[in-house]
Amino acid sequence: MSQERIKNGPMKKKVGILVFPGSNCDHDAYYAMKTVLQADAEFVWHKERELKEYDLIVVPGGFSYGDYLRSGAIARFSPVMEAVAAYAKQGRPVIGICNGFQILLEAGLLPGAMLHNEHLRFICKDVHIRVETSRSQFTAGLEPGDVLKIPVSHGEGNYFTDADGLASLEDQDQILFRYCDANGALTPESNVNGSVASIAGICNTERNVLGMMPHPERAMEQRLGSDHGLRFFEQMMEQLQPA
Amino acid sequence: MYHAEIHITLRKSILDPQGKAASHALTNLGLTGIESVRIGKLIELSIDATNEQEAETIAREACEKLLANEVMEDFTIKLTNA
Repeated sequence: MSQERIKNGPMKKKVGILVFPGSNCDHDAYYAMKTVLQADAEFVWHKERELKEYDLIVVPGGFSYGDYLRSGAIARFSPVMEAVAAYAKQGRPVIGICNGFQILLEAGLLPGAMLHNEHLRFICKDVHIRVETSRSQFTAGLEPGDVLKIPVSHGEGNYFTDADGLASLEDQDQILFRYCDANGALTPESNVNGSVASIAGICNTERNVLGMMPHPERAMEQRLGSDHGLRFFEQMMEQLQPA
Repeated sequence: MYHAEIHITLRKSILDPQGKAASHALTNLGLTGIESVRIGKLIELSIDATNEQEAETIAREACEKLLANEVMEDFTIKLTNA
């Protein structure tokens, strides 16, 4: 354990939040981690080639590189992403939110791709998502069927994978969240962007990389509409093993 | 010098909402006979290569590594000696 970690106390989780040119939810993630969750959070500029001993890496939302070519397509070649891939390969946890999810898809750390929303509109509103499995370090403190109210904010969140890809996600229990209505039912209306099988969040087969379109970091306080993001992060932080 | 014209389109099996919206608009304009619209991207590369095969290899690598996402897109390369 490093001197720094001892100074901060063993319980203080160390979180690295990546920053790309065009990231715009990096400060929301920092506020959620540092101010609300009292974690030892810091920003990691995309030019960094090495990562410190973080307990968690957050790839935040935004419009990295202006979404040129495809969302996340350029950011995945930023120097820091090689370090993130190596970090993930060691089994350390990575969470990509919105554009962060898109970057992880482009980087091949998660399967599938993102299409434009089915109705072509940018959506920015609260949605409900249903927890599909507790079998991941990201959802171990939640129950399948739990419904969280968390905002989405995206134009390209229409998750796509072909029939074989979907079967594989389902067989390996990699779907962590689906869009649902307030009661937890999967309806065509609640699938806000047209995603395959209403998918809102998935993990990799090793279960240490999570990508989700909804923004839990924007749902940290009841006075801002919902504190279900806090509920999600709190139980997730409990599961984190020290680096 | 070679000129590569790269067409990137959504895989045939994937619904193209942009194309569908444009198709509806064309119908509303009174244009008939257009059965479907698919919208893609055109990317042009100028490639310094010694022969066509080398240029083709470079263009293909560019598509596979960055320009196209083969999970959802197909690409075609048309090469001309510029």
